[in-house]
Amino acid sequence: MSAAVAIPHDMEPHPVTGMYNGKFGLWLFLASEVMLFGALFSSYVLLRMGAPEGTWPKHGAEILNVPLATFNTVVLITSSVTMVMAWAALKMNNIARGQLFLTVTFLLAGAFLVVKYFEYSEKFNHFEVWLKEPMVVDGNSVSSIRGHLAKDCPPLTKETHIRAFAIPEFILLDPDAPAGSKEHPPTLRIDGGNIRRISDFGPAHSTFLATYFTLTGLHGLHIIGGMVVILYFMLTGSRFAQKRPDKYADRIECTGLYWHFVDLVWIFLFPVLYLL
Amino acid sequence: MSHHEMTAEEVSHHVRTYLKVFGALLVLTVITVGVFYLHLPIVGAVVVALIVASIKGSLVACYFMHLISERGLIYWILALCALFFVVLLLLPVITDHEAVGTVTH
Amino acid sequence: MSKHDTHADHHHEELPFWRKYIFSVDHKVIGVQYTITALVFLMFGFALMMIMRWQLAYPGQPIPFIGKYLGDTIALDGILSGDGYNAFGAMHGTIMVFLAIVPLGVGGFGNYVLPLQIGAPDMAFPRLNMASYWIYLPGGIIMLASFFMPGGAANSGWTSYAPLSVIATTGQTMWLLGMVFLITSSLLGSVNFIVTAVQLRAKGLSFFRLPFFVWAQLVTSFLLLLAFPPLEAAAVLQLMDRVAGTSFFMPTGLVVSGVEQAHLSGGGSPLLWQHLFWFLAHPEVYVLILPALGIISEIIATNTRKPLWGYKSLVYSAIFLGFMSFIVWAHHMFMTGMGTTLSTFFQATTMIISVPSVIILTCLIISLYGASIRFTVPMLFALSFLPMFAIGGLTGLPLGLTASDIHLHDTYYVIGHFHYVVAPGTIFAVFAGIYHWFPKVTGRMMNSTLGRLHWFFSFIFINGVFMPMLFQGMAGILRRQYDQSEQLHGASAQGLSVMVSWSAWLLFVAQIPFIINFFWSIWKGQKVGANPWEATTLEWAAPSPPPHGNFDTVPVVYCGPYEYSVPGKKTDFCPQHVVA
Ligand code: HEM
Ligand SMILES: [Cu+2]
Repeated sequence: MSAAVAIPHDMEPHPVTGMYNGKFGLWLFLASEVMLFGALFSSYVLLRMGAPEGTWPKHGAEILNVPLATFNTVVLITSSVTMVMAWAALKMNNIARGQLFLTVTFLLAGAFLVVKYFEYSEKFNHFEVWLKEPMVVDGNSVSSIRGHLAKDCPPLTKETHIRAFAIPEFILLDPDAPAGSKEHPPTLRIDGGNIRRISDFGPAHSTFLATYFTLTGLHGLHIIGGMVVILYFMLTGSRFAQKRPDKYADRIECTGLYWHFVDLVWIFLFPVLYLL
Repeated sequence: MSHHEMTAEEVSHHVRTYLKVFGALLVLTVITVGVFYLHLPIVGAVVVALIVASIKGSLVACYFMHLISERGLIYWILALCALFFVVLLLLPVITDHEAVGTVTH
Repeated sequence: MSKHDTHADHHHEELPFWRKYIFSVDHKVIGVQYTITALVFLMFGFALMMIMRWQLAYPGQPIPFIGKYLGDTIALDGILSGDGYNAFGAMHGTIMVFLAIVPLGVGGFGNYVLPLQIGAPDMAFPRLNMASYWIYLPGGIIMLASFFMPGGAANSGWTSYAPLSVIATTGQTMWLLGMVFLITSSLLGSVNFIVTAVQLRAKGLSFFRLPFFVWAQLVTSFLLLLAFPPLEAAAVLQLMDRVAGTSFFMPTGLVVSGVEQAHLSGGGSPLLWQHLFWFLAHPEVYVLILPALGIISEIIATNTRKPLWGYKSLVYSAIFLGFMSFIVWAHHMFMTGMGTTLSTFFQATTMIISVPSVIILTCLIISLYGASIRFTVPMLFALSFLPMFAIGGLTGLPLGLTASDIHLHDTYYVIGHFHYVVAPGTIFAVFAGIYHWFPKVTGRMMNSTLGRLHWFFSFIFINGVFMPMLFQGMAGILRRQYDQSEQLHGASAQGLSVMVSWSAWLLFVAQIPFIINFFWSIWKGQKVGANPWEATTLEWAAPSPPPHGNFDTVPVVYCGPYEYSVPGKKTDFCPQHVVA
């Protein structure tokens, strides 16, 4: 943009911080991000410690998909490496290589989101029904049943007032296979009169899933934000880099700092949400 | 220190470090998941998971984010941030858990 | 992108109007934009309260003049409704804190003065600075637009306590969205301020040569940077509760109007909201007061013609204050049933934090001793700030002691306490600052006679508003009540309510000289040069008004900020940029 006033330390490091303005600013921003995720993390611990018996899964893996998340962890770590490689290439004035690594980073981020999409949509098609009177499924008396809606089950409607599904007249549910087996019990017909509550595995299901969706959703937004910036530099980069290679490398360094932070958040989210 | 005046040699030295860190991160990821399948008692699981995650996090911060070669002021600012972060994490401890999750009449 | 244009370039460029005054990247234009916008919000927030004061003075009577224009939900037959009262109260608090005072102190004064005082050509990130303003403004508009939502604006208090706020009408969702905008804007601003203050200081301007105003802004920015994110987190969680059916803050088994609100979800915690809210909101009160202390210090130094007494103590106190403000938040929650160990801890930290506040106040008062004071209009405001801030701070102590807080919590005493700090405190400081820096911004002085009128009547009536509140509170009148006269102790305190209301309306009248003065002086005020107050800090070294890029020659600093009346000098002030 023109009309700019020359700002000191726009590029050369300041003796007090050893950083140029952009980098120092980015670190400060990251400090605030630490407090943001810290508050959410702390809320998670508080809610979990205070949760009444039986309302919190033993560990996230009971509900969530660990192999997919492990895959995603590897994807994100790899994207961090390619990001820092892009910067290193630019430092060595290898613009083409820098742009290539940047593109790979972008694609990996995209892959992460695609996997996340499948994880999410799996949750929204999976239901839990809490019963008034226990029912016998597969020889066990249970007070809640998890499963998928059978094909000919009438569609559920949302009830706005208490922000949950309205209790239907009846539902047809294909219960999940019991742990350790692949065989699904036969389709169940459950009368509305015996349903206390019905929910998909979305945020409203339980405080655990609420936390899961909020934390991973916010993290996902950070990924999207990062992708927008990376895309911007992919598109404008080669012209920019030709004109001012050192400045371009600085920009990529700052983008990288942010990107590694997003990776770092995931490194904590993964065990906390999925494995504990 | 800033990376402004780095020689090509230094950069390629950096690149070797990055690859090593990458390897370490992958190994640690395998460890986290592996430990999970051991189904340790909850306290042990939490401790192991958080220690491994902290090691991974530190690797990312120190090497990918170059924190290890920064100086002075930013450490103080991050230390301050870390301190308040800890204060935040004390929230669950200082809250009366009898009162959480239920209506007290 | 190109910041490489040489310094001289910018003098020749003529920008189109919209780039120069609307989407400007110049910190001075942005500062003025913030100030004007925030003053409008201040006026609006005041108007809401003037309407509420009618209901409190004359409960159940139709509001004169404007009652019939407020619409049936807010005022049926011109009588303010309970819902209308709640919405007005919540929005008054929100607007005053987040849309008026903080943007004035930080966005307005910080933006305009800080880069000038450190000899910088602009903020470190000019375009980010512009973005801050343009995120703040939509945030404010979203807040105001909530009045037109079905069910009206947010009505759960500026504190938005759950579970009330979770089951409230749609206006609350707007409130949360607005907050996310305002928080984002503040975060961008604080990053910008810190980088600017640390990296853009002129040559020779070491940290301990910084004017106290800059220190105050620096500490404030750290508070915003690290305390606001938890509220952002809380806002996100509450938003989820409201739109996604989660129950972070909704306890299991809560029944409202016969409908069970959250069942089987695992149960949320209403206290969690309070913790996250006050984790921000206590530091926030220092965000409200620190810039004010900065402004007052500058004005006192200039008008006493003496160095500030105890400059270093001021600086260390401000830093300590900022630090401590992160560990006192639960003194707002003594009554939530927390254990005694915990309340003792927070009682102790609260007592400790009042020490630096007292040190700052003491330094400023001692600075007056033996001075030949120039009783300019800004100085009058500054002088009256001191006792007002003292009353505000001292009334905080009984609130910080658990035993007396049991009696005083949620009464008008609390309202009196914090208004003494923010109204005759911060708002007086803002007025002082406007009178003080007006000649820098416009190149013209404000009229002194009108200014004195403004000060005198404001000072009288503002005390008429807040002093009775302290007594009403001690008599047991609770806050957030639609009709105080129905409360058992009410009979004797109703007269005071009438007095408060009349003082408030007269306080409005007392602002008329200011408004006239403000506009009149922009065009007709007496023209002045770069340094009309004969002050020492760097902003007075730039032309009035300073051009884009600020200084004709890049300043170099040779001495501390308040070198007044140095023995053996020809003048009684030695500007920082002049070789001693
Ligand atoms: C200097 C020492 C101070 C002490 C010891 C102190 C103490 C307290 C305490 C204990 C409360 C809670 C009262 C209750 O709800 O029962 C309170 C409320 C409040 N204080 Fe202060 N305070 C001090 C200074 C300030 C300053 C400088 C400001 C702002 C500029 C401020 C603004 C507020 C506000 C806004 C509230 C009310 C919040 C609400 O409930 O809506 N205080 N103060
Ligand atoms: Cu407080």
